[in-house]
Amino acid sequence: MTNGNAGSEKSVLLDVKGLKKYFPIRRGLLQKTIGYVKAVDDVTFFLSRGETLSLVGESGCGKTTTSRCILRAIAPTAGQVLLSDNGEVLDVATVAKSRLRSLRSQMQMIFQDPFSSLNPRMTLLDIVGEPLLVHGEGNAQERTDRVVDLLRLVGLRPEYMRRYPHAFSGGQRQRIGIARALALNPRLVVADEPVSALDVSVQAQILNLLLELQERLGLTYLFVAHDLSVVKHISERVAVMYVGKIVETAPTEELFASPKHPYTEALLSAVPKPDPRLRSERIILQGEVADPANTPPGCHFHPRCKYAKAVCRETSPAQEEVAPNHFVSCHRATELSLRGVARSSA
Amino acid sequence: MQNDTKPLLSVRNLRTSFFQDEGTTKAVDGASFDVFPGKTLGIVGESGCGKSVTAQSILRIVDHPGRIVEGEIILTRADASQTDLVKLKANSREIRSIRGGEIGLIFQEPMTSFSPVHTVGAQLIEAVLLHNAIGRQEARRRGIEALRSVGIPKPERRIDEYSFELSGGLRQRAMIAVALSCDPRLLIADEPTTALDVTTQAQILDLLRKIQQQRGMAIMLITHNLGVVAEMADDIVVMYLGRVVEQGKVDDIFHDPKHPYTKALLQSIPSIDSVPRVRLPTISGSIPHPFNRPTGCPFHPRCASFTPGRCDTEEPLLLAVGEGRKASCFLYQ
Repeated sequence: MTNGNAGSEKSVLLDVKGLKKYFPIRRGLLQKTIGYVKAVDDVTFFLSRGETLSLVGESGCGKTTTSRCILRAIAPTAGQVLLSDNGEVLDVATVAKSRLRSLRSQMQMIFQDPFSSLNPRMTLLDIVGEPLLVHGEGNAQERTDRVVDLLRLVGLRPEYMRRYPHAFSGGQRQRIGIARALALNPRLVVADEPVSALDVSVQAQILNLLLELQERLGLTYLFVAHDLSVVKHISERVAVMYVGKIVETAPTEELFASPKHPYTEALLSAVPKPDPRLRSERIILQGEVADPANTPPGCHFHPRCKYAKAVCRETSPAQEEVAPNHFVSCHRATELSLRGVARSSA
Repeated sequence: MQNDTKPLLSVRNLRTSFFQDEGTTKAVDGASFDVFPGKTLGIVGESGCGKSVTAQSILRIVDHPGRIVEGEIILTRADASQTDLVKLKANSREIRSIRGGEIGLIFQEPMTSFSPVHTVGAQLIEAVLLHNAIGRQEARRRGIEALRSVGIPKPERRIDEYSFELSGGLRQRAMIAVALSCDPRLLIADEPTTALDVTTQAQILDLLRKIQQQRGMAIMLITHNLGVVAEMADDIVVMYLGRVVEQGKVDDIFHDPKHPYTKALLQSIPSIDSVPRVRLPTISGSIPHPFNRPTGCPFHPRCASFTPGRCDTEEPLLLAVGEGRKASCFLYQ
């Protein structure tokens, strides 16, 4: 499987429209709301069946909140999260609580920290079998058989299923988390920073496993990450977030080779490259990420943007499609020529 | 490495072990390397390789039940005399004047390394007063200057704030200001940017480079991020399970690695300029638990060039494998 920008031809599995999540800031004795943290502010994107979309951005940009709203781990303030379920389209954001459980078998999550996301008092059999138990699938023997299959699938030895998580290394624990996420045959897997807590030599094993499982089971991934090298490796399309908004979405190679948003350009340039011969002139962004409780007017990025003009300070840019499947929210997207990451000859 | 200048810090055959009820962990098991004035030495390795314990050993702040078992850490002082830090008592006056004075330290987690109940200024002024015979007012003035020199805006206001009032990037800058306040000749930076976002990381690395140019101080940069060392270091030491497996110039290590571990590590990292969605070469297995330390070469169970009967019985020595570089592998011995 190589780069796939065939997203529009495949059927859409998840369609997120105008998603918002505002957290109220309360003060005083009466807990009066004095403002809102706009963690996710009008986010729109889609996911086609079998593809991988990465949400990237710095801490506090709202990527994790977005992924949680999609699973309805937290209720969004506004917007739609449309999931197609056997030809039927359901809005996860508003569906009745009674339907949620069956919907959640379609969408599962892989967590960042393989140490705190597994209960130390449960054996592998209990951990991986728990989703089956909760959803009332099969009897004890059938569940055990399923756990054996799942452990094999993620490259763990089924003989170990009576052991506890402490007996496993970080990489193995992440495999357990993946097995648990796959127990109910989900179609959408949301992976929130699945390799960032792992050692470098183990990261590659888990990334390979995720790619392999996707091919075998036809999974759709929403991959949340901050490490652009990892994102480049795993995704077919990338959405870059900055202070609650998606500023650019494009097929992976295109985004890395010719970014259209100044923030994407700065982000790409900031990544240290593992080659001392490429000590390039980096774009060092000045200042800090804007506060989502007190966002600047106009484009949120304008105080740090070296290309900002008067219009950027006043009006918020609308999303436009500058190339097929390449969406940018920048007033100057078509006039700027920005620097991407050159492919090294090696 | 260079022979023309004398090393500022010379670590020889350092062994630091932790003695616990469950057994003894050899956190650092015979590490040797040099840090040269004005240069950056990158110490690279994954978790458990002993890179942080090496830094703690140099500063003599190894936590109980750990202690230095063997080895020398020779610091060349400002007056060209030499001091073996291992021989000093961990709480002696001399090591306390070196720690924070001649050798500055930046920790990984700026949130937990600052006290939350004292202002940043109080902690900064404390460091200045400890190492200089000056008054409180003068110390405060120097503190503000130090904050300004690391690019903190409005330092005269920030000095009275608490660490939780600062953002991650500013907090790390304040940490650097504390470390630099006494003009160290060697700065040990233990994962200085790991907790930061990439754009903030770029700011901090840029700051460290500028400060190094201005002051000509040596930096010992400890990190697991190969991208960061490639950008920053002059020389690199690669560690695995407490041992130095390879050392050399940054360009040699990245473009002509000798040790199978270095080779495999470099191949296994996804790079921002590589082709997406192809299988990455991996290192099989995972880092062994310190109690299950393999016999012979510690890397042999995961090594692609493993020679049975040799790698699993004998320990390879760190020997020269070319101009200014060393590797500890039987492939070259």
